[in-house]
Amino acid sequence: MLPTAIIVFREVLEAALIVGIVMAASRGAPGRDLWVLGGIVAGVLGALGVAAGAGAISAAAAGIGQELFDATILFAAVGMLGWHNIWMSRHGRDLAAHAVQLGAAVRSGAEPLWALAFAVALAVLREGSEAVLFLYGIALAGQGGAVAMAIGGAVGLALGVTAGTAIYWGLVSIPMRHLFTVTSWLVLLLAAGLASQGAAFLMQADLLPPLGSNLWDTSFLLSDHSLPGRILHTLIGYTAQPAGIQLVFYLATLLIIGGLMRLTAPQDSAARRHSPSPHGRAAE
Amino acid sequence: MYRAVVPALLLIWAVPAYAEEPTVTIILRDHQFVPSEVPVPAGVKVKLIIRNEQATNAEFESTSLHREKIVDPGGEITVFVGPLDPGSYEFFDDFHGETRGHLVTTPDPWTRGPAK
Repeated sequence: MLPTAIIVFREVLEAALIVGIVMAASRGAPGRDLWVLGGIVAGVLGALGVAAGAGAISAAAAGIGQELFDATILFAAVGMLGWHNIWMSRHGRDLAAHAVQLGAAVRSGAEPLWALAFAVALAVLREGSEAVLFLYGIALAGQGGAVAMAIGGAVGLALGVTAGTAIYWGLVSIPMRHLFTVTSWLVLLLAAGLASQGAAFLMQADLLPPLGSNLWDTSFLLSDHSLPGRILHTLIGYTAQPAGIQLVFYLATLLIIGGLMRLTAPQDSAARRHSPSPHGRAAE
Repeated sequence: MYRAVVPALLLIWAVPAYAEEPTVTIILRDHQFVPSEVPVPAGVKVKLIIRNEQATNAEFESTSLHREKIVDPGGEITVFVGPLDPGSYEFFDDFHGETRGHLVTTPDPWTRGPAK
């Protein structure tokens, strides 16, 4: 039961942290809860489908189907998170400052919540399919009984969701005029970390060169397998022993998304100085 | 002379890529890697075949090698690693953390000195 709980927790944790950050980044947007919930449901259904087709995926593309599949999902998530961030760089300050005046209808039509929902779906699908495969394997082997497995799975799920909820409440306690700055940075680092993971899969598939298989090793300080290591892995893409190509993708993602955010940000610095207002867009 | 040496050196580099890679098969059985200590040559690309003879899924994973791949029950996967620096590289079954093994490099003609 305990190993089951730990493994399910681990798989749920990454998805839950992403959902928590996405929820905070879209705080106050009308229809947010439905979009995110839709993303989670689609992700769970997708995870079941992927787990069912795992053998076929693995055998596809001359044995590198798993790697291509994982990399595609990760880069698609990077694209979605980046797209929302770029949109936020243009509108985030208005949202934080003049939310009430802007009008709900305008905002719901403009903010690309679908991009966030899609990113949530992809995160849940990827992590969820591993959890499903693992649980299915235990069920097949008849280890420890169905009840213990169900309890273990439920405990792991609950712990993961708790972590996601905690990061959400931590973020929304930030004053509204700073919230979107913080979430934009978090989403940017999250996207860079996902891109680095995607690069690792392409390297594993032998489609990218490692460019130095271990640039450095900080596992004596913080192991990838410790809880803080895992949390930082999701949040900022921490890896104790990164390959060169991972660093390249990490930095390239930061530069590309960060650069586009800068380019699209409104230029009027006068408005920036006067805009902060205690009223958030959230009428919660 | 320089003109001749450089292409020759490049050729030495290129040859291993076209030759058939050394292949090592690792079996997962009763939550053990067999063998659990796997000798592999340093400095060349190595093909690992991991066969899962268990009734449960496994995930072959290694932090130092950056590898992470699910192995179906009764299935097998191919993972290329290297060229490795001399040393020991741990791998494990991510679904059963206590199931662990090591790749240990053996000295190869291009690397001076014994492997750690």
